[in-house]
Amino acid sequence: MAREITYRDALREALREEMDRDERVFLMGEDIGAYEGSYVVTRGFLQEYGRKRVRDTPISELAIVGLANGAAMGGLRPVVELMTINFSLLAMDQIVNHAAKIHYMFNGQFTVPIVIRTASGWGQLGATHSQTFEAWYAHVPGLRVVMPATPKDAKGFLKSAIRSDDPVMFIEHSLIYRNRGEVPEGEYLLPLEGAEVRREGTDVTIVSWSRGYYLAMGAAEELAREGIEAEVIDMRVLRPLDTDTVVRSVQKTNRLVIVEESWRTLGMGAEIAAAVQEQAFDYLDAPIARVGSVEVPMPYAKNLERLVIPGKDEVVAAVREVLYRDLAAAR
Amino acid sequence: MKQFDSGGVGIETRATAPKGLTESDLVRMYEYMVLARSLDERMWLLNRAGQAPFVISCQGHEAAQVGAAFSLQPEKDVLVPYYRDLGMVLYFGLTPRELMLSLLARKGDPTSAGRQMPGHYGSRKHNVITGSSPVATQVLHATGIALAAKYRREDTVAWTCVGEGGTSQGDFHEALNFASIHRLPVVFFVENNGYAISVPQRKQMAIENVADRAAGYGMPGVTVDGGDPVAVYTVAREAVDRARAGGGPTLIEAKVQRLTAHSSDDDDRTYRDPEELKAERAQDPIVRFRAALMEQGVLTEAQDADIRARIKAQIDDATEFAEQAPYPDPAELMLHVYGS
Ligand SMILES: Cc1ncc(C[n+]2csc(CCOP(=O)(O)OP(=O)(O)O)c2C)c(N)n1
Ligand SMILES: [Mg+2]
Repeated sequence: MAREITYRDALREALREEMDRDERVFLMGEDIGAYEGSYVVTRGFLQEYGRKRVRDTPISELAIVGLANGAAMGGLRPVVELMTINFSLLAMDQIVNHAAKIHYMFNGQFTVPIVIRTASGWGQLGATHSQTFEAWYAHVPGLRVVMPATPKDAKGFLKSAIRSDDPVMFIEHSLIYRNRGEVPEGEYLLPLEGAEVRREGTDVTIVSWSRGYYLAMGAAEELAREGIEAEVIDMRVLRPLDTDTVVRSVQKTNRLVIVEESWRTLGMGAEIAAAVQEQAFDYLDAPIARVGSVEVPMPYAKNLERLVIPGKDEVVAAVREVLYRDLAAAR
Repeated sequence: MKQFDSGGVGIETRATAPKGLTESDLVRMYEYMVLARSLDERMWLLNRAGQAPFVISCQGHEAAQVGAAFSLQPEKDVLVPYYRDLGMVLYFGLTPRELMLSLLARKGDPTSAGRQMPGHYGSRKHNVITGSSPVATQVLHATGIALAAKYRREDTVAWTCVGEGGTSQGDFHEALNFASIHRLPVVFFVENNGYAISVPQRKQMAIENVADRAAGYGMPGVTVDGGDPVAVYTVAREAVDRARAGGGPTLIEAKVQRLTAHSSDDDDRTYRDPEELKAERAQDPIVRFRAALMEQGVLTEAQDADIRARIKAQIDDATEFAEQAPYPDPAELMLHVYGS
């Protein structure tokens, strides 16, 4: 039996179930108590679990993650919230130089079972509030990086992330918290790996993750109306990165479009494209297309912002390009 | 120097002119406070009407900001504000028209041409330095500007503002430490409204006065009633004079009130006690200063009515001007990504 719930509710269920199951799990972050989190994920948690397990912190991102690393080595399982991924940059040293490396540097003596929940997103928030940094974290060995698109994944991944002995960057998205989707009744865990083919098709493969997945699906539906069948892959986990699923799909469709919200330069798309040309070069019938943001700090004004972030139309156009559609029409 | 004792909310607002200020300066202070408040209120109206996506307020901070601003010399000092400092940037010369253009992100917005969020004030010609959204980062910039001024032997004081919540960041502590070691001409002004969004001061720090932290860095620290512009001016003036004379930095903490939600994206009813808010409203700095000025005979009802009418006309004009202004030109999207 499955039910339809929102992405936000799926996250709440995961947190509740894990907090109920394991005393060592506690939450820490800015405005997660009475305010219930920047995106209201921890609604009701302060009343339910009390101040010991739901801690409001000073505005000190570096301390939040550094303390979580310490608390994890001290035997707890901290789940911290950083308001947005933009502010995770303040904690970069503790994430990259410490969380990611402690297990290795101690030759396996200490694990750092922390989960860093944070949100990507944009929407008239200006240059330092609208960035997309999953590729930065996915670059780092020792971190696991998860970026779920659906409520089912959000719940299953968050529960597994909390139980994982590795540090997990759990990246949500401000524009999909209200999205609804089917979530199984009862307990389930999802392994923190593997891309998923969400729509089968034969003409082209469209790859994305998080909110980009919804753009890809929207584009696929529109393309279907003109007889183009796109296969849509949701990457779901960005480290470890499951390029095998993409390669298999490209072997079938021979064409690939990668959709990301970040700047394309050195982004996830570049990595995926590199893997595909290594493993499926002979199968490609067209250069791989990447759809991403214009390479500019995000402007606040709505009319400029709209130019920067890719929409469904850009995805559709990229698909036509790899299918040489416009050329064919011109002939 | 006036020490504000924390039990003393509601202490008298002074309306006698201290050293360096005339009675007409006091009336000008009042005008700036009313202008800041009225402009802020109009911004909320535009937000609620769906025209301004984001507003962040100075309401409750006006006396602190205007009192402090009067201690500075906008032609040569540098202001490194944070997002509540509408009162300060008005004193530094940004006009209501310019600020409305910024609010509505129009092409002619002199702070960023529509690139920055509202409240991120910056204008080179006004000696106002824009900040980014991560809190307290501007405190380091101000320290660096003071370093440059000292290096170049310029007669410049850098003045920076930050909320008490921002003082939890390493940026704040590292800036104070550096500024004090090098005796830099910078003043750190903490506008303590008791909240960082929903988090009350007692969950942000285990001390009552942020200014107590100054001792740890070896600089003077002063806590002042931020509802009294003259009291703020007095301590600010002393700090600015000291910085200008080579005496190094000062940490000033003004106890203020946040009379609105954190921003237009926030609903503070989930975490603020309505009684507390009511008590704070009763201490509204504008009401207090007005009463004090009238009692001293510095301001009359007729003068006040005249000031308010003038300000209303100015704000009406600014609103209309900005509403009719064009949006940023898409052709300029890539302009200024690089400077060379
Ligand atoms: C590094 C960083 N973390 C979190 C935020 C989100 N944030 C914006 S304002 C704010 C509260 C600031 O409180 P305070 O410094 O007291 O200033 P106030 O708004 O009360 O004037 C927070 C947490 C941020 N802007 N930057
Ligand atoms: Mg505050």
